[in-house]
Amino acid sequence: MNDEPVGEAPKESNPEAVAGRLAADRVTLGYGDRVVSAGLSVDIPDRAFTAVVGANACGKSTLLRSFARLLPPAQGRVTFDGRNVRDYRPKSIARQVGFLPQGLVPPDNIAVRQLVARGRYPHQTLLSAWSRDDERAVAAAMAAAGIADLAERPVESLSGGQRQRVWIAMILAQETPYLLLDEPTTFLDITHQYQLLALLARLRDEGRTIVAVLHDINQACRFADHLIAMRSGRVVAAGPPAEIVDTALIKEVFDLSCVIVPDPVAGTPMIVPDAGPG
Amino acid sequence: MSALVLRAGRVSALVERRTAAASLALAAAALLLAFAALCRGDAWDPPGEVLAALAGHGDAALIVQEWRLPRVTAALVFGAALGAAGAVFQNVTRNALGSPDVIGLDAGAYTGVLIVITVFGGSAAGLAAGSLTGGLAAAAAVYALSLRSGLSGMRLVVIGIAVNAMLAAVNNWIVLRAELEVAIAATGWSAGSLNGLDWGELRVPFLVVAALGLLLAALARPMAQAALGDDLAAASGVALNRYRLLVVLTGVGLTATVTSATGPVVFVALAAPQIGRRVAGAAGTPVLPAALTGALLLLAADLAAQTVLAPVQLPVGVVTTVIGGTYLGWLLIMEMRRP
Repeated sequence: MNDEPVGEAPKESNPEAVAGRLAADRVTLGYGDRVVSAGLSVDIPDRAFTAVVGANACGKSTLLRSFARLLPPAQGRVTFDGRNVRDYRPKSIARQVGFLPQGLVPPDNIAVRQLVARGRYPHQTLLSAWSRDDERAVAAAMAAAGIADLAERPVESLSGGQRQRVWIAMILAQETPYLLLDEPTTFLDITHQYQLLALLARLRDEGRTIVAVLHDINQACRFADHLIAMRSGRVVAAGPPAEIVDTALIKEVFDLSCVIVPDPVAGTPMIVPDAGPG
Repeated sequence: MSALVLRAGRVSALVERRTAAASLALAAAALLLAFAALCRGDAWDPPGEVLAALAGHGDAALIVQEWRLPRVTAALVFGAALGAAGAVFQNVTRNALGSPDVIGLDAGAYTGVLIVITVFGGSAAGLAAGSLTGGLAAAAAVYALSLRSGLSGMRLVVIGIAVNAMLAAVNNWIVLRAELEVAIAATGWSAGSLNGLDWGELRVPFLVVAALGLLLAALARPMAQAALGDDLAAASGVALNRYRLLVVLTGVGLTATVTSATGPVVFVALAAPQIGRRVAGAAGTPVLPAALTGALLLLAADLAAQTVLAPVQLPVGVVTTVIGGTYLGWLLIMEMRRP
């Protein structure tokens, strides 16, 4: 992997962010006749934590779905290592890029460890269905998500927050260098939100590439190295939060008038709405 | 641990203890019941005599080996096929009601059979082809009608029930329009019956069921993965379109094979997967417990069909309809109550 710094270091926590292996090249995305994004180009920096932010229905989840091969672009292409992601064998690209969608429903009567083990699917074959690697990865993922003590519990019996951590563990067990998460902090209380974001930052420090759609702009500024701000299917700005976030951007992306102060803990931009919308 | 790890070289598997134990118990119960069914004639024969007959000794050898054994084996194999087909469609639709007999695939297969009988006269191969074509056409119709709302969910089931009702009407119409002797043959078949099957008629259906069963065993892993939902399945490496085509063809193939041999036997496919997964304490709706439960159910229903009004032999389909109708009503109420 190419670790050389290019240009000025965007942020001290991640001096080695470079143009990445995962990119969208002039893609047109939509559902049926409804176009969400037209001619959109997005680069995901490697080994960085990228947060995609924007108002509801701005096309951020749609963009993430196209990266996850769930939404074939009407035009343009999504590439990994310069090759169209649709040209890879499904299991081989699934060992590189993992995706956690929203609104998941677990199968009936499944135990936590069984659901987490489903994350190993792209690593398994008909004959090698439970290797030592699978066992190790599932145990490590449950430990990282803090659910090891729930292993034998039925997923249905868990609270919303615990369930969300089970899904996170499942996607961690997939052990992909690239991790795409669609609003992963939904259903989590504030403590678990911060725990999850810290976990994602730790994974980034270990060399993984994280792309998460986040609702909370302040959390995005605090944890992400790279921010992609979207409105109406376009990227309004992309770059390190400290460089791109200002009142004009927040006004344009969220239609919100605000003041921006440094986060008292992290020093990152913190958005404080003033008079409300308009 | 509640799961058993099996490893030998590069081959490895994880077996849930509860599922394994339940599967063994179901298989043992089916075999025991099969032996009891072999003893059942006009009167019950002593087990010792039947064992001897199975080995080819004694006066009863012909009756047991050529009359009773094919029927009992057919109940086991076809019951397993129906249970497996039910599990396939309940997985694809992610709905306990999404079974081939409810969504019109049995009725469609039977329409195919009726058309072959009335128009072409009906060789065994013709019947099988007609049954398969009819089942596939019904599946295609249900799929096309529910495309907008997706494959999972209640809407597909409701559309399937409507298709089923229309096909039942078509089937009645064909029988009413047919020549008398053709109509009599067709109605005798319409309830689904294992009466009078012999080895000659069963050879090809058994081979087809075995082949499709092997294919299904290979598809079990992507099927479990697809139960997580389309997005997660595709993102974790399931080639969803290819998997879905294969698994639907397999399910229709199993249903159509049974229908072409016995006529439509309803409700085994509906009930077996749900009973099987509860007995096995399994996650989702796996195929193996469904198949074993299906075998047990169809055999028990066939024994009841022979016994309840003896010496009159009911078609097994009548018994499964009576039992299954009650179950379907209960299931519909439960599904409607779900948030």
